[in-house]
Amino acid sequence: MECLIGVAFKDFVVLASDKTNAYSLFVVKDDEEKLFKISDKLVMAIAGESGDTVQFAEFISKNIQLYKMRNGYSLSPKAAAVYTRRNLADYLRSRTPYNVNMLIGGYSEDEGAKLFFIDYLASLMDLPYACHGYGGLITVSILDRYYRENMTQAEAYELIKMCVREIHKRLVINLANFKVQVISKDGIKDLPDITIQSLASEPLPPKSP
Amino acid sequence: MARRYDTRTTIFSPEGRLYQVEYAMEAISHAGTCLGILANDGILLAAEKKNTNKLLDEVFFSEKIYKLNDDMVCSVAGITSDANVLTNELRLIAQRYLLQYGESIPCEQLVSWLCDVKQAYTQYGGKRPFGVSIIYMGWDKHYGFQLYQSDPSGNYGGWKATCIGNNSAAAVSNLKQDYKEGEMTLESAQQLAIKVLSKTLDMTKLTSEKVEIATLKRVDGKTITRILPAQEVEALIAEYEKQEAFLEAQKKEKQEKKS
Repeated sequence: MECLIGVAFKDFVVLASDKTNAYSLFVVKDDEEKLFKISDKLVMAIAGESGDTVQFAEFISKNIQLYKMRNGYSLSPKAAAVYTRRNLADYLRSRTPYNVNMLIGGYSEDEGAKLFFIDYLASLMDLPYACHGYGGLITVSILDRYYRENMTQAEAYELIKMCVREIHKRLVINLANFKVQVISKDGIKDLPDITIQSLASEPLPPKSP
Repeated sequence: MARRYDTRTTIFSPEGRLYQVEYAMEAISHAGTCLGILANDGILLAAEKKNTNKLLDEVFFSEKIYKLNDDMVCSVAGITSDANVLTNELRLIAQRYLLQYGESIPCEQLVSWLCDVKQAYTQYGGKRPFGVSIIYMGWDKHYGFQLYQSDPSGNYGGWKATCIGNNSAAAVSNLKQDYKEGEMTLESAQQLAIKVLSKTLDMTKLTSEKVEIATLKRVDGKTITRILPAQEVEALIAEYEKQEAFLEAQKKEKQEKKS
């Protein structure tokens, strides 16, 4: 039901997530936070069983902060993703598995901008762009068509808008608001939310560029 | 009276000392010498081989230099059986980290984890401490080439050049004299290692049977560790002897001129 979108470019990563909290058939909240700051240049977008999501994200984030306190340097995005995967895999094989899907976006000097895809079965992939949820079925084809590695941040924001517009148009599920963050060498930056209202106030883009 | 505080490691003597730990350090000062030298383009470890009986079947090529993981090598001085337990533990710690984070353990973390184990044996009841000092060399992406030393009490520190084992104090003062801050290359470090060893080991002539040398450097983003084969060690010794003979001749010439 939920939707997470992540795109890695040459020197920044964009993460977007819907802000819907649904219970059974009903939307109970449309300003839920699904992007968690893990460290200065690392963000986790997480969706899944409500309760599991926050519990797992905080568990990982606190452990990665502890690593930094102990050692004086923080984990690289790749190491953080492997660590997250390992924990999820161990819980999966316990009596209390976490039912969560994630995208991890981060930036480091030596690795550059990175995006990692992790699902509830603890598979890990390093990808240029990735999605979770039904929205992903629609957005992946858009990203396949329009993604370029050397896009600017403004172009990247337009790309995400294109994805959200299509979700609003084609998906039965009501995912009204999307939160967008950019992770680059300057840290984490919030971009304006993409909402039905914000998209409605803009002229429609030309049919095919 | 002192013996009352000798028997158990965990009890302080009235002067505030832990005798068993001090005895362990004493045991190491009779062990074969090991030294490490940090250079700009790499590091080396050199160790004195003690078991040189010709009847000994050389099952192990290297007596006391151990590879820990892709990026680290260590050399031990002290009780060999204790050292085997500790190197095994070091390798386990390194692999555990690799499994959890998907990359090599940073050097200081490995040293620090092992020192936690060593420290525990000076505090928890009924055990004796490990009679082993270790020199570690390694590379990590945070701090580059690094050289560490740890002792039975669980203390450790980072060094530019250091030595453990028999006659280590003399070796350290030799290293201090000849270590050129910021100018060392792996090649000059090798020469220095031979020089210091031949001065500290009480034997007339150094041979490749009595020393082993390991080097660690970075090539194309990869750590390369190597234990030098006997003929390379022999060549280093020959080079050193040539230099010594030359210096000796010069000295003689000067004296003759004076008289």
